[in-house]
Amino acid sequence: MNNNLKEQVLRSSGVNVLKCMRCGKCSGTCPSYDEMEYHPHQFVYMVEKGDIETLMNSKSIYKCLTCFACVERCPRNVEPAKVVEAVRLAAIRKQGNNHLIADNIPEMLDEDLPQQAIVTAFRKYTK
Amino acid sequence: MNTFTYYPGCTLRTKAKDLDAYARASAEALGITLEEPENWQCCGGAYTTAKDEIATKLSAVRTLNAAKEAGRPLITVCSACHNVIKQTNYDISNDEEMAAKVNNYLKLDEAYTGETTVYHYLEMLRDVVGFDNLKKKVVNPFKGKKIAAYYGCLLLRPGKALAMDDPENPSIMEDFIKAIGGTPVIYAQRNECCGGYITMEDKAQASKRSAKVMDSAQEQGADMIITACPLCLYNLKKNSGSDLPVYYFTELLAEALGLKEANNE
Repeated sequence: MNNNLKEQVLRSSGVNVLKCMRCGKCSGTCPSYDEMEYHPHQFVYMVEKGDIETLMNSKSIYKCLTCFACVERCPRNVEPAKVVEAVRLAAIRKQGNNHLIADNIPEMLDEDLPQQAIVTAFRKYTK
Repeated sequence: MNTFTYYPGCTLRTKAKDLDAYARASAEALGITLEEPENWQCCGGAYTTAKDEIATKLSAVRTLNAAKEAGRPLITVCSACHNVIKQTNYDISNDEEMAAKVNNYLKLDEAYTGETTVYHYLEMLRDVVGFDNLKKKVVNPFKGKKIAAYYGCLLLRPGKALAMDDPENPSIMEDFIKAIGGTPVIYAQRNECCGGYITMEDKAQASKRSAKVMDSAQEQGADMIITACPLCLYNLKKNSGSDLPVYYFTELLAEALGLKEANNE
């Protein structure tokens, strides 16, 4: 268990993971549920357990769409998306661990893709 | 009194020029003056919720402060810009540590602590113009047209920061549709995500999400779907596989007000 990493994620997210009552509503409403190895409610309890590195190494951190459905619908106001974000930041802040590389952008473009998609992906995937 | 600071954002200058042009023309016709601040910066596209992220929030604070210095409310059109700016304004109003760090860096003449009122263009129509007044100015009503409002995620959530409407049962876009003479279509997926930026690296996921939205609207008999978001428009048009027409709400507004030909060169 890595206490330092756990503390970093708790501080960065501002989330009190102990408020979670494991109802699973966040995962039930998540539009990326099928694409995720670990689901929003699992993020919350794995952070509580201090199992952060497993999450950091999972592709699940890049599947969250930041749609805030889990934040809005949580009956205990736990805000799971903020936990996902804090774990993703812990991962991409590591040197050489950017998920999106500028050199790879041109091949992702088409004539209609809005700039909004590119800047948002950069904000989410890259430091 | 009816002059507002207007923030277009990066995409309205490039791939979503229609969203911007129809918004400006319609505002003018409704007696609203929109003034763009000088040297505005891109909002960043997504709000970073992490408390230890400050630099990524500065451009939104600069925009909010420009409106404050001009002494005017701020109007946004793009759903993403609106979301980022509203969440920034909410946090700087409620999180003293974040406000202190931001102001320590920006060194403004007067600290910014959330003074600016932010309206999405739809809120301006509802709260400043009034949908009843808008209705009176419509010359080309969308009679008999069944129009599905697509809110997506960014306009409504998180509800405590966005505070535009009921995040689970919104009505502002349906009321807009009624004001321009159309018939709103209520469908299950109207406030679920289109897939957003995942289209950059996972087209299959974006297709799955956007197809769900389009199929849900079509099942309820929609003739067309409207959005305020350039990325929603892209996903719904390009990734859904559906041929249901998708328009910016400002395009329908301009058409209803009889302005479309003049601005549709």
